[in-house]
Amino acid sequence: MMHRRDTAGERVTINIDGKNVEAAVGESVAAAVLAASAGATRTTPVSGAPRAPYCMMGVCFECLMEIDGMPNRQACMVSVAPGMKIKRQAGARAVGDAS
Amino acid sequence: MSQQTCDVVVIGAGPAGIRAAVTAANESLSVTLIDEQAEAGGQIYRAVARVTRTRPADLTLLGPEYAAGGDIVSDLDASNVSVLHGHTVWQISPDGTVWCSDGAKASSVKARFVIMASGAQERPVPVPGWTLPGVMTAGAAQILLKSAAMVPDGPVALYGSGPLLLLVADQLLSAGADIRVIAETTTFKDYLSAAPYLLGALPASKYLKKGLALRRHLKAAGVPIIKAPNGVSIEGSERATGLRINGRSGQTFEAETILLHQGVVPNTQASRQLRLDHEWHAAQRYWYPTTDRFGATSLSNVFIAGDGAGIFGAEAAAAAGTLAGLGVAHAAGKLSATARDQKAGPFIAQHKKAAAIRPLLDHLFPPPAHILAPDDETIVCRCEEITAGQVRAAAKLGAPGPNQLKAFLRAGMGPCQGRMCGLSVVEIMARVHGKSPAEIGAYRIRPPLKPLSLAELAAMDDTPTSA
Repeated sequence: MMHRRDTAGERVTINIDGKNVEAAVGESVAAAVLAASAGATRTTPVSGAPRAPYCMMGVCFECLMEIDGMPNRQACMVSVAPGMKIKRQAGARAVGDAS
Repeated sequence: MSQQTCDVVVIGAGPAGIRAAVTAANESLSVTLIDEQAEAGGQIYRAVARVTRTRPADLTLLGPEYAAGGDIVSDLDASNVSVLHGHTVWQISPDGTVWCSDGAKASSVKARFVIMASGAQERPVPVPGWTLPGVMTAGAAQILLKSAAMVPDGPVALYGSGPLLLLVADQLLSAGADIRVIAETTTFKDYLSAAPYLLGALPASKYLKKGLALRRHLKAAGVPIIKAPNGVSIEGSERATGLRINGRSGQTFEAETILLHQGVVPNTQASRQLRLDHEWHAAQRYWYPTTDRFGATSLSNVFIAGDGAGIFGAEAAAAAGTLAGLGVAHAAGKLSATARDQKAGPFIAQHKKAAAIRPLLDHLFPPPAHILAPDDETIVCRCEEITAGQVRAAAKLGAPGPNQLKAFLRAGMGPCQGRMCGLSVVEIMARVHGKSPAEIGAYRIRPPLKPLSLAELAAMDDTPTSA
């Protein structure tokens, strides 16, 4: 889990798995999720193992999350925006899951 | 948006890409710079303009080398380069068409020349437990510090080798992190094999001084720096809880955040997708595309600048960017060879000076054997959860190289498309077959370079604009 050193600066409200949290303007979704809670940001489609962001620069694809209804976005490559809805992904998707 | 055309497309807005774009634009070429991030600077100067504007005090923490990136980013802002931020390139055609997407809609730009400056990635560090939440790269922690002013809560452990390991440890320490240990893989043998390169590194002795100062500072602050030549394992089930040092003592350090680093390697996804010629770097165990001093590749309209062509660091990358810009200006008929060489002189000297440290670093910080060829139980392909043992077994069953391995195991076929397992698979298979990595080869990379949705593709209008 991470904490912000900078407590000033502009904030936006985003929603992570149904819970409203504050995030700082300019930070990535992955950073905001790491600051909001510890542990896994998804479980894998292969074995259901817990995973969390590893590289933070778009290489490892571990931070895949559902962002505003679109699954499998690289959360480290998307900046937070007001009202953004973020969901953790659990395991493999079933046919018909996509919204 | 219909298909745009220009003289030069530059991919990547780090030091190499910015310098290449600005140089080409200054030689009267129309330039479009495409970058995946929302802000210019690449990873090395990540968020530098925003940090300077909104939290300038952090420039002290992040250091003068980082702050200097502000000038490079300002040069881009002041230029007439057309910049597409937040656009991910997913295909490059040999005819100079570059396909990208902003996440909602795909688009394409057709250029006479393409300069790729997609930089480096950290070498993946396959150790037992490295897929657990709480484990990330040292660079990832630094990106969080630069771009989001974030610091890990709880105890932190670092493992690996290379200049970035100590730098990140020192920055996190200054930012208030609780660093319990730095476990280094560098051995006495590495110092011996690096010694012959010490003299050659003297032109870049400022890097040596900086490294020694970091080490002194960390030690003075009471951070234990220990040797871990036999590797480590990460403990925990749902998330990381500790770092165990392999070897006789078997010491375990409590840690909630574990930062791994074994140097950086060129990002070759795009150069591989274009089927450019590549070579194998024997000391640092990575692939790099073959280029000349102006970044020209085996395709006459494609140039590469910066760490994507081999690891020489940010200062050398900036110089290489200028050289690639000049190289393209000459190829486009804007500069005679004499004028190009005259303008290139100072930048060739600058590149040479900055690169002088590399042979020393390459031999002092080689990736250790237990990272190149991990134990059977260690996962190497994180996406498909394939272990080193499974790769060995498939190789023994007859898979001759990485591309045949896909049919056996799906290794390299997950969302990261081999970025995380590519080098490991080559090393492991080379050992089984008793061949060199150059003989074993690499994953064939195909578009899209990054996944894109059918909706993004369907929204694309690529009818050429009429001139």
